[in-house]
Amino acid sequence: MSKVVVVTSGKGGVGKTTTSAAFAAALAVRGYKTVVIDFDVGLRNLDLVMGCERRVVYDLLNVIHGEGALNQALIKDKRVGNLYILPASQTRDKDALSNEGVGKVIEALRQSFEYIVCDSPAGIEKGAMSAMYFADEALVVTNPEISSVRDSDRIIGMLASKTQRAEQDSDPVNVHLVVTRYDPVRVERGDMLSADDVCEILAIPFLGVVPESKLVLAASNSGIPVTLAEENDASEAYFDMVDRFLGEDVPYRFMDVQKKGFFSRFFGS
Amino acid sequence: MNLFDFFRPKKPKSASVAKERLQIIVSHERRRSSTPDFLPQLQTDILQVVRKYIQINENQIKLSLDKRGDCEVLELNISLSESGKP
Repeated sequence: MSKVVVVTSGKGGVGKTTTSAAFAAALAVRGYKTVVIDFDVGLRNLDLVMGCERRVVYDLLNVIHGEGALNQALIKDKRVGNLYILPASQTRDKDALSNEGVGKVIEALRQSFEYIVCDSPAGIEKGAMSAMYFADEALVVTNPEISSVRDSDRIIGMLASKTQRAEQDSDPVNVHLVVTRYDPVRVERGDMLSADDVCEILAIPFLGVVPESKLVLAASNSGIPVTLAEENDASEAYFDMVDRFLGEDVPYRFMDVQKKGFFSRFFGS
Repeated sequence: MNLFDFFRPKKPKSASVAKERLQIIVSHERRRSSTPDFLPQLQTDILQVVRKYIQINENQIKLSLDKRGDCEVLELNISLSESGKP
């Protein structure tokens, strides 16, 4: 059975594309055949973050309009065998996405993939709505910051009312909270909302935090999903989340301030 | 921290201010988005029905949807003025 997972947030710049790339790559590493689709028509970036920008020939809209076959548009990742990317169109505007067209592509992908990860654009317009429409699961990416939390709440409302599952009155979309750019030091100081605060306000199941990390930028600079880069906290956090998502009982990490050891206290870390 | 700081009332941390503001705005917005959009139309329809029997004007009729515990309550209030009697 294949599952459609939308990565969404409402607000821009919170880490949707980073999360989509990291999550999809981690699913593939865990052995699931996974495709990640960019829904940000006109402002595509997933190809850059995945490091395949020079291999784009056909895109999602070409496939919808029958100008290219699905197999021609899918880009196979060179690092992980099970991973494919379906890029967005850079030239058209996002009104070109129709639920009917997207539905056909998703249906075709369901035949050969176990996970279909949809990277939503920011906002609540057409692109974002069609990215969430066919979702079975949703990752709501939120920064511990007021505007991001408020926008996430709006998006959670839409996931409950504007998706195919809502319209057909079937089981609701399974939503998961992902708190990114988390800094336990600032949380402890009282300068940043804690993961508990965000959970309490949004009231959806909590998947985990991704700690603020310099390596996230370094990885995107080089076009490598964080989970395929050298071992680092953010990558481990994403793998923990993927394992929890797959139903494993993984203890939460990166939520508390790391106590400095005796030596690092003296010699710096 | 010096001795004077100790006696001064503690300033609330910015994170708790943020949490409080968010709780208020989020609950407000949830209530608004859950109001069905047929309410105004329903109100004018009811107004027309009532007017068959009693002359009232628009601001004498109030329609609201509330959540009380597990159930939703559609409340209709029609106030009758002296001149409204048939």
